[in-house]
Amino acid sequence: MASRIDQDQVQHVASLAKLSLNDDQLKYFTTQLDEIIGLFETLNEVDTEGIEPTSSVTDQINVMREDVADNWGQHAALLANAPESENGYIRVPTIIDESED
Amino acid sequence: MNFKTTIGLEVHVELKTNSKIFSPSPVEFGDDPNANTNVIDWGYPGVLPTTNKGVVKSGIMAALALHAQVEPHTHFDRKNYFYPDNPKAYQITQADKPIAHDGWIEIEVDGEKKRVGIAEMHIEEDAGKNTHERDYSYVDLNRQGTPLIEIVSKPEIASPDEAYAYLEALRQRIQFTGISDVKMEEGSMRVDVNISIRPEGQKEYGTKTELKNLNSFNYVRKGLAFEEQRQQRVLMSGGQIQQETRRFDENTGQTILMRVKEGSDDYRYFPEPDLPALNISDEWINEIGSEMPEMPGSRRQRYVNELGLTDYDAMVVTQTKEMADFFDETVKLGADPKSAANYLQGDVNAFLNEQHADLQDTQLTPANLAGMINLITDGTISSKMAKKVFKAITQGKEPKAFVEEKGLVQLSDPAKLQPIIDSVLADNQQSIDDFNNGKDRAVGYLVGQIMKQTHGKANPQVVNKLLIASLKK
Repeated sequence: MASRIDQDQVQHVASLAKLSLNDDQLKYFTTQLDEIIGLFETLNEVDTEGIEPTSSVTDQINVMREDVADNWGQHAALLANAPESENGYIRVPTIIDESED
Repeated sequence: MNFKTTIGLEVHVELKTNSKIFSPSPVEFGDDPNANTNVIDWGYPGVLPTTNKGVVKSGIMAALALHAQVEPHTHFDRKNYFYPDNPKAYQITQADKPIAHDGWIEIEVDGEKKRVGIAEMHIEEDAGKNTHERDYSYVDLNRQGTPLIEIVSKPEIASPDEAYAYLEALRQRIQFTGISDVKMEEGSMRVDVNISIRPEGQKEYGTKTELKNLNSFNYVRKGLAFEEQRQQRVLMSGGQIQQETRRFDENTGQTILMRVKEGSDDYRYFPEPDLPALNISDEWINEIGSEMPEMPGSRRQRYVNELGLTDYDAMVVTQTKEMADFFDETVKLGADPKSAANYLQGDVNAFLNEQHADLQDTQLTPANLAGMINLITDGTISSKMAKKVFKAITQGKEPKAFVEEKGLVQLSDPAKLQPIIDSVLADNQQSIDDFNNGKDRAVGYLVGQIMKQTHGKANPQVVNKLLIASLKK
């Protein structure tokens, strides 16, 4: 079977999702993802010549709200749901800066 | 070897809407952490964001201000990344069909005008803010969902000075639309820059480096100038530029390596399924266009052609929309345009600098400035007296009432001045003789005596005229 995705690519996708996989898992998911991609390749049989790319599957358009502020007063409940909070902040393990922005 | 420099700028502008881009939470600063958040801002499962019409309108206004083409069929995309300032693990932005493209701004460097192209502009949401302490980091999501416009320049900026001029012009045009405060020191304008150089004659661009921590236009210019030199030194000594992110150090004016970029970013964009696409009609664009505030360039022209200001004066009073609006209003209330421009760039600016305040946050009003200028023009007060009146109008006082209260009225009535002049002349025969012997200095002495007699209230122009006439009798 021609491989549609290799272990390096699965490893890359896993690290983007902040997942660490052991060798067994890597093999397991590579096979599984390969099959999933194979399933989706069925779609390639459809002739899409001259059809505009679809960005939305609903036929709704221009659904917009007026620019009016409304505070739903949910922040206390939301903080109570956070695993940890302190002085109104969400407390998280120390973040190592690896952002690009 | 000669090098050509290419600079690209990505500018984020924070919009002053009432509510966030995809949720109705208020856009307010300085509130308690997380006070302005709801389930949508926190990215709870099952919530449905809705696009704020005011953000789309602001995007169209920015596009019009920057001569860009508004995209009639636009939509949002997801940019996927994990970082704790963003609870959804994706940012809703525009990648595929941004709201506008192909604009331009005119800049001027050393008297030379040039158009810098804008590749595209998109609307997107801001992330929350993290603070880092030793054992934990703390997340405040108040800023999460604040609307931003990102403006991406074409690679047409050829020097640090051009980059500076581009930012100035961009800031000014956006400021005049009123959609943002565009203040770098408050974070409502943020600038990412990249720069590459290549030997003269080479077609392909060189490898570019990115600069961070540029918190003022001046730092942008300095950082770019340092980086331009550094890259030249590396290439001249046979080295290679690597694709990296460098941090500008404000103390030394140098750029320092932060990290080397490996591979390209992988954000796995896809169309945002929760938000229906937008069709922007010409009708809507025209309606917004007809309501747009007048841009600085057109105002400058009007001030020079119709009001007789010099190019320089016109430039100074159009630095900010508030200043230009204030000027327009003052002139409309009957003030002499030249005097109004002089006061704005002189006393008013000095006052604002001293107070570290913006014009709109002071008690100065166009009505009171116009009132004061009119009192000078009609001879009621002298420009010297106006110093006191100016101080009073910065405290919100009405100039005419203040002048009457303090008795600051200039004596201009010849019928009242002539007797005083006559009595001073009667006491100073020597000065009359001096004048007749061609000593013009005598006039100054006599004017001084008259001013003394009137406690400084005499109108010097009128006194001069009457005195000379009396002496020549």
